[in-house]
Amino acid sequence: MTPVIEFASVTITYPGAERPALAHVDLDIGEGELVLVVGQTGSGKTTLLRAINGLVPHFTGGTLAGSVRVAGRDTSTHRPRDLADVVGIVPQDPLSSFVTDTVEEELAYGMECLGVPASTMRRRVEETLDLLGLADVRDRALLSLSGGQRQRVAIGAVLTAHPRVLVLDEPTSALDPGAAEEVLAVLQRLVHDLGITVVLAEHRLERVLEYADRVIYVPGDARPLVVGTPAEVMQASPVAPPVVRLGRLAEWTPLPLSVRDARRQARDLRERLRQRPGRAHRTVSAEPVVTVERTRASYGPVPALRGVTLDIAKGEIVALMGRNGAGKSTLLSTLVGLRRPDAGTVRIDGVDPATLTGPRLIGRIGLVPQDSTDLLQRDSVAAECADADRDAGVEPGSTAALLARIAPEIPGDAHPRDLSEGQRLVLALAVVLVATPAVLLLDEPTRGLDYPTKERLSDLLRDLAASGHAIVVATHDVELAAETATRVVVLAEGEVVADGPTAEVVVGSPLFAPQVAKVLVGPDGGDVPLTVTEVRQALAVSG
Amino acid sequence: MTALDVRAPDATRHRRATRLARLLHPGAWWLWAAGLAVAASRMTNPLLLLLIVAVAGYVVAARRSPSPWARSFAVFLKLGLIVIAIRVVFQAIVAAPIGTTVIFTLPALTLPEIMAGVRLGGPVTLESMVAALYDGMRLATILICVGAANSLASPARLLKAVPAALYEFGLSVVVAVTFAPQLVADLDRVRTARRLRGRSVGGVRGTAAVALPVLEGALERSVTLAAAMDSRGYGRQAERTPLARHATAAALLSALVFVVIGAYALLDASAPAALGLPMLALGFALGIAGFALAGRRSVRTRYRPDPWSWPEWGVALCGVATGATLIAMSISGVPGLIAPVDPLGWPAVPPLAVAGILISVLPAVIAPPAPGLRVRAEVSE
Repeated sequence: MTPVIEFASVTITYPGAERPALAHVDLDIGEGELVLVVGQTGSGKTTLLRAINGLVPHFTGGTLAGSVRVAGRDTSTHRPRDLADVVGIVPQDPLSSFVTDTVEEELAYGMECLGVPASTMRRRVEETLDLLGLADVRDRALLSLSGGQRQRVAIGAVLTAHPRVLVLDEPTSALDPGAAEEVLAVLQRLVHDLGITVVLAEHRLERVLEYADRVIYVPGDARPLVVGTPAEVMQASPVAPPVVRLGRLAEWTPLPLSVRDARRQARDLRERLRQRPGRAHRTVSAEPVVTVERTRASYGPVPALRGVTLDIAKGEIVALMGRNGAGKSTLLSTLVGLRRPDAGTVRIDGVDPATLTGPRLIGRIGLVPQDSTDLLQRDSVAAECADADRDAGVEPGSTAALLARIAPEIPGDAHPRDLSEGQRLVLALAVVLVATPAVLLLDEPTRGLDYPTKERLSDLLRDLAASGHAIVVATHDVELAAETATRVVVLAEGEVVADGPTAEVVVGSPLFAPQVAKVLVGPDGGDVPLTVTEVRQALAVSG
Repeated sequence: MTALDVRAPDATRHRRATRLARLLHPGAWWLWAAGLAVAASRMTNPLLLLLIVAVAGYVVAARRSPSPWARSFAVFLKLGLIVIAIRVVFQAIVAAPIGTTVIFTLPALTLPEIMAGVRLGGPVTLESMVAALYDGMRLATILICVGAANSLASPARLLKAVPAALYEFGLSVVVAVTFAPQLVADLDRVRTARRLRGRSVGGVRGTAAVALPVLEGALERSVTLAAAMDSRGYGRQAERTPLARHATAAALLSALVFVVIGAYALLDASAPAALGLPMLALGFALGIAGFALAGRRSVRTRYRPDPWSWPEWGVALCGVATGATLIAMSISGVPGLIAPVDPLGWPAVPPLAVAGILISVLPAVIAPPAPGLRVRAEVSE
């Protein structure tokens, strides 16, 4: 197999950085491979991806020692635009990369730049529309598309140039499980039918690991990369999906990479777990702190919530799930009083949140928005903490003390933008929590978080719930829901379609079931553990 | 399924088989509208101006495109009314009155000598009001012609049809248009975040605190966009000699100068008419040469360019004919284009002018029907 991407002792150093972001990388990627790049946040995954088409260093600055060659072209002599016909790169947020305003124009844009003849362009656009299932939305404005459609348009837009390599940075992180599967199905088709080389970085390994031919683990701090088959790399990788961690725990060989592999080896474990004691139901106080009654809300003529009724008590962690556009974010903004419902009542602690402002609002309910940087507007962590003290009307130094307790490693003089995704989230949490809100809302908190950071977040949320906060997490991340939530509420088309204890709601569902439950559920269904931690505890009890 | 099936909807079934529904080349509509606007600029006769508005309105109703822009015609009509109102009020307050028929008298105020002794207020005459009304109508009609072009062919589509040399300009407009809604979304998010931290969102301090993060966000987004465009091959260029570069610049610059002089001579009735057309023609010729030279630099090709065939010729020629008729009439001093103001009188209706304007109603038939319902329904979702 001839390599289409060759890294020869590549060292990349950003300007002003003490250490190189990547050091002495030697890597060959062959034609038609699907390579998965994994690693913790900030480890250099994106740098590796962007070096493939020369965005690093041509666009970002810094120095690149060694050589990167793609299809025989050296990136030191070829700028990204000169590689556009061999490498297609899809950035994290597709919307920010769109140049035109409609689907068809966007698909044609790259070809126009490359000077592809009009008749060829026409043919390729039609082919791509069919290949990616976008024919129905060809005339639509890009802004009006759903998340999964946007991601597919972004893939199609680079695909029309017929590149030999497709590079994707977290293509499914913002998508609900259903839309993520659409996108992954497309990628697989490209690899299988067209022989395109796909390099993708992803945090949600449970979604992609089984499709990968090879895995590159980027350990960060310029340590050498670990490259190998998924099974080899997953033996030791600190970032690993639940199914792999379950396999390690049960000492299965070969290590299972997909639910299907694992189920074949799971019979014994299923038997052993059958005797475990039933799940101890955490008791929650009966008195609801959030009451939502027959609430309706709409955007113009489009209804977003159609009569939602919901009570949430202290100590509960509620996972709010459902596909993009199901009304999750609308419900959160209604809860925090940002929008008044068209009908129905919303009460936090017996008060209508829309009538509250300032400390009276943030003392009752706090929301960490999807992009936690929105909350952070100062240029240092310390200034941010001081602001938060003032906003909440608490003693100076309270936020800093709280932050030191939950994340002691965050330096006070750092700029919030320089923190890692996880650190920023924790800082935003501290800023919100210092006002001691009775209710804490989080919108999609695990976007861009690696497994260790996610675990820390889960621990933190459980502690908060135990100390009496009511928590609502809107998320697509079924694993997070399984780890933390005491209750799952599924929204669809603005209505509550399922509401109950986590295990009851997720186990039966093909989309919302966590991997461990999918592996361990028997033919008769029943009570199964949802997470690796639960399995470990159960095994410890039964010996 | 080919694109043709999608683009040509059921509407064709009801027409004779040969009329394929399609969008006319945007350039044709803009030329047509420019002809009407030029015609309007040569007259103050309210009846003829109303006729031009009626013609524009009829064609828009018959052939407007299915894009959301198409609904903008009504906005331009309202804008026209506002222009007339402003013109009339301005006349009443500031300008010196014409004629003697005083309707009412405003309290007068003469500004001191240093401000040129401008007089505010004073007697308001019927003649000056009518003159202002006519003048306002002329401005409003020109505006409505632009509105007609706007709803028949969106400016975005027109920009896509510009020559390769102007491509960057067109692109920046398209990018700006898509940026605007995202800026609004950013603004919303930052204001939300301020509320979430229990701070005020109104007032000077609130606004200032919101502006910075929004700008930061916009900057970040433009860097991302630039990276994305570069990765997709934007800015690939063919090799060029310095001579070609200089020739291009010289041709384009002198073209601009000639066109400005020519247009001024043509539109200002007091300038020598002989100067106008030749200068304009020379300017356009140089411009075309310049664009052709500049276009060679770019390797880009165009996806589904709008075709230019006989309906385009027809529509454009109708507009040109209207404009040319009225210019010829005004140069040769045919009476009736300027309505009598002092003394007041009922405006005449010169038959030649009416005929010239009515030519421009033909595009309602010449142009193919706009495609549509499928697309329209989706856009309005």
